[in-house]
Amino acid sequence: MSKLTLDDLRKMRESLKIDMDKRDSQQDTRIVVGMGTCGIAAGAKKTLNAFIDELNKRNLKNIAVKQTGCMGNCNVEPTVEIFMPDMPTTLYGNVTEDTARKIIQKHIIDKALLDDHIQDKPSIDIVKH
Amino acid sequence: MPYKHYILICSGTACESSRSREIHDHFMKEIKDHQLENDVQVVKTGCFGFCEQGPIVKVLPDNAFYVRLKPEDVREIIEENIIKGRMVKRLLYNPKDDKGRHPMTDVANIDFYQKQFRIVLRNCGVIDPEKIDEYIARDGYKALEKVLFEMTPDQVIEEVTKSGLRGRGGAGFPTGMKWSFTKKAPSDIKYIVCNADEGDPGAYMDRSTLEGDPHSILEAMTIAGYAVNANKGFIYIRAEYPLAIERLNIAIAQARDYGLLGENLLGSSFSFDIEIRLGAGAFVCGEETALLASLEGERGMPRPRPPFPAVKGLWGKPTVINNVETWANIPVIILRGAAWFAKIGTEKSKGTKVFALTGKINNSGLIEVPMGTTLREIIFDIGGGIKDGKQFKAAQTGGPSGGVIPAQFLDTPIDYDNLIAIGSMMGSGGMIVMDEDDCIVDITKFYLQFSVDESCGKCAPCRIGGYQLLHLLEKITNGNGSMDHLDKLSRISQAMQKASLCGLGQTASNPVLSTMKYFTEEYTEHIQNHKCRAHKCSHLLKFDILIEKCIKCGLCAKACPVGAISGDREKGYLIDHTKCIKCGLCFERCKFKAITRG
Repeated sequence: MSKLTLDDLRKMRESLKIDMDKRDSQQDTRIVVGMGTCGIAAGAKKTLNAFIDELNKRNLKNIAVKQTGCMGNCNVEPTVEIFMPDMPTTLYGNVTEDTARKIIQKHIIDKALLDDHIQDKPSIDIVKH
Repeated sequence: MPYKHYILICSGTACESSRSREIHDHFMKEIKDHQLENDVQVVKTGCFGFCEQGPIVKVLPDNAFYVRLKPEDVREIIEENIIKGRMVKRLLYNPKDDKGRHPMTDVANIDFYQKQFRIVLRNCGVIDPEKIDEYIARDGYKALEKVLFEMTPDQVIEEVTKSGLRGRGGAGFPTGMKWSFTKKAPSDIKYIVCNADEGDPGAYMDRSTLEGDPHSILEAMTIAGYAVNANKGFIYIRAEYPLAIERLNIAIAQARDYGLLGENLLGSSFSFDIEIRLGAGAFVCGEETALLASLEGERGMPRPRPPFPAVKGLWGKPTVINNVETWANIPVIILRGAAWFAKIGTEKSKGTKVFALTGKINNSGLIEVPMGTTLREIIFDIGGGIKDGKQFKAAQTGGPSGGVIPAQFLDTPIDYDNLIAIGSMMGSGGMIVMDEDDCIVDITKFYLQFSVDESCGKCAPCRIGGYQLLHLLEKITNGNGSMDHLDKLSRISQAMQKASLCGLGQTASNPVLSTMKYFTEEYTEHIQNHKCRAHKCSHLLKFDILIEKCIKCGLCAKACPVGAISGDREKGYLIDHTKCIKCGLCFERCKFKAITRG
């Protein structure tokens, strides 16, 4: 990639923002797994693989499985956030492989929330507010 | 078809005890009575914090946050909020009822119940840390843009100074002032250093920040480079953080690729690049002069200050050295302005602080709160209280350099100056919560052992003083203490504070002084009564069998790993104290409380 100029960076940010807004208006379904050291130590890699495996098994397309850093909820790692149309954005904690598969069935397919795993988002997003 | 509403009922242990189950049943009944089964889902969730305000219920998608609910309130929520779409105001959480302050009272229509406020962790858990595009989309490198094309170096330093930002590594030195010293120091070569040598037991704020948002550090260091006219930056990070190193390397490569590091950034005349240097994990290398020595390839030992690194640092050149968390604040200060930042926090401590909340707490984790938040809010609102409903004893802040905060200071607003006034310190942000089962002398011994192990040995007060303190504490916990040991402890501690070369030695005795001040009676008990009230100091324990309660079942004898319990089912059993290793297995195994522990 060639080096960016000021204008390039500004244009790029605008178009990326539009993409991200589109994403946040929840037109796509996203599964975001917390993959800090703490999450990985608690089994986040297995969780991530379980999501991918289950999506493949059910032949579910257009669902992105992504990673992010630590969300801070160390006591309930691995944590996973689900973004999808018609459903409130939800943060789940203690997501084992088994729970990951349950999330696909209940949350993504049946569009209902899972008992006993929902966590509260810790704070507002200052970049947006 | 998805549901129209979701009713989330907090089912953490604390709320369970305040009738959340009953509330759940009431909701189920009301939903059935109103035939809303297909429109509303009732869900049990993990702990929301705020346990003292339980039971707590949250209604989505309205985001209504109801507290202190009673079963008789349920019908109103169903009829008003769910059916008519109007929140039940009298049941909503109201920050005014709560002693807590909210950092952003001028922003309307946001979730006011949230005690945390994330500046440093703004992108952690939000973006993919391996994708620069996601950082850019969330205003990443916009602060760099602003300084390069709209601000002079002096304006940048003035903005940082006005924000009131103080170093987050522990000592709390004003960041803007540090930068201005380096700016003024005459030299054609200057350096920027990021101190990522986080080593306090129980602290992992910096690791999580680097793993979750590496670009924010790169951007901030570049901004500082522009401000003080440095072209080279180093990140000193311990080799024990492989994931953080990997993500930093990816971030640096991406930034170079985009021209955000390297020659003529964004077409300006300013050039800046960053390299990573790995540390071997010596605690003393978190001290800035030792860190610089290690960066230069020397043995990691501190040197006397002044001259301070800001004037004479890496390879003798003026060097700005800041901690990871300090850096992460910089882009936000530049973009939002000093005035915005200075509104958050207390008079002399601005902004937020990240704490790694660990120990005997229900919701351990990484939290970021405005300066001035009280310990009570952190432990009981965010942390969800003490594990197993036990009694809070103290919180340890500042790691091996800090001290304990006992229960009487639960309502003290936490900032740099208040913590020092009560004999602890901010430190880098480890916060370890202790309950009644923790022995204060034992904990002090643990921290001192750490400092003794990590002392570089260069100066005598730290090397010898630390060892002597540890030796005295060992005597006390072994039952060989005498009252004049307390006087010796405090005299050696004070000498170390005054005479040690660097921060490690000057603060290593803080845990001793602080615990002796607030928990004198526990020290005295250990010495005079040979008693450890938390039953942690095994040398002071003595196990005996109470004949009147013993049913001669023999379980204790079977459990004993060293055969110290003799006897049979007819004559009864006896513990041989010369053989006993005080493991406590017999005590745990006995179902009839016939074994005493003293």
